Amino acid sequence: MFALFKWKALFSSWDIFAVGFAITVLVSLISLIATLSISLIVGIIRCSNLKKTKKFANWYISFFQNTPLVVQIIFLYNVLPHLGIVFSPFICGCIGLSLYTGAFGATVIEAAILAVPKGQFEASYSQGMSYLQSMYHIILPQAAKIALPPMTNQTVNLIKNSSVLAMIAGGDLMYRADSWAGENLFYGPSFIITGLLYLSLCLPLSKFAQNLEKKVKAK
Amino acid sequence: MKMVFTYENIIFLFRGLQITLTIAFSTIALSFVFGSILGIARFSGKGILAKLAAIYIDTVRNIPLLLFIIGFRFTLPLPPVASAIASMTVFTSAMVAEIVRGGLHSVAHGQWEAAYSQGFSYIGTMLHIILPQAVKKILKPLMSQFVTAIKDTSFCAIIAVHELMYSGMIIMGKFVTSTQAIVLYALIALIYFTLNTALLKLSNKIKF
Repeated sequence: MFALFKWKALFSSWDIFAVGFAITVLVSLISLIATLSISLIVGIIRCSNLKKTKKFANWYISFFQNTPLVVQIIFLYNVLPHLGIVFSPFICGCIGLSLYTGAFGATVIEAAILAVPKGQFEASYSQGMSYLQSMYHIILPQAAKIALPPMTNQTVNLIKNSSVLAMIAGGDLMYRADSWAGENLFYGPSFIITGLLYLSLCLPLSKFAQNLEKKVKAK
Repeated sequence: MKMVFTYENIIFLFRGLQITLTIAFSTIALSFVFGSILGIARFSGKGILAKLAAIYIDTVRNIPLLLFIIGFRFTLPLPPVASAIASMTVFTSAMVAEIVRGGLHSVAHGQWEAAYSQGFSYIGTMLHIILPQAVKKILKPLMSQFVTAIKDTSFCAIIAVHELMYSGMIIMGKFVTSTQAIVLYALIALIYFTLNTALLKLSNKIKF
């Protein structure tokens, strides 16, 4: 594992890992934006009193939380082409990751909205604001603060889960590391570097979340 | 439709489910033990042991499970299922440890002081006073972590462990029509869904 020539080979093909890293970051960023929108919409629906839409939101959350991401992504990749819908692995990964993480994010947002005191709603209604106005101007800014640490943890999960793209040849870091290692049979160095690269993405985020949680507790 | 629900396919899927359950429940049992030890070690806060636990937890939690699964399979001389269980235990232990530590932190500090004033030792306080209170707060996140462990067994398909997802992909190879593919995947999703929802419902029933 620690033979020098293996590491030399690794660093001479560093560009493979760099491209994989870039794709992982890109997939995570796109999915993060989509996840945030999904969880915001579904979270607000769960707190509203629209009965039918709420039922739909509940189904979405329980289905996507309780089935594996792998099943969802392989479904997008293997089954949708049967229906004439063909996505590239990259797009499949983005859709699957956003839907999966969105289901978890929605519960985070819901909990954050419910944590805002009810009096805030009543006060903004009494000032003549509509439901959406009070949500946008009064509730969400307060809920955002509460939701930030758990949402950061979800982002870390999202980045980690983006490695599932390796299963559909998505060309992300995990996939490239695995295929490079498989070609050369230098498994040790390849996996250590991959681990460090993921760590460099996720560790700052989870430390950030931990510090925020500590600050909230100190208050 | 007929082709999906043949005797062979169903038996094949159930063999897969059996391996999924084997991996999932071994992982859950092992990581509950190791995770609790790690969590308590990190919570206790002093000395090299707590430092090591903290480094382990922070490192493992920030690396994808898939990397552990592939890494263990290719670098350690273990049979496929054992290596899947080992890698998932390494990962899930760190998650459980963090949950345990959170639960221990949530017990009010006065409880410690009160127990000490009654002459309890550190271990006595932990066993009789703190853990029983922490367990209540730990239960829910722990259960959802176990559900995650069941879902994560599907990652093992990448190292060709014959669990549910991989069995599904093998059957999928024989299929040609779109209905067959959709029904098969719906079936697999439904099995996971039922399993996880049942576990969550069960955990809601537990009361202390």
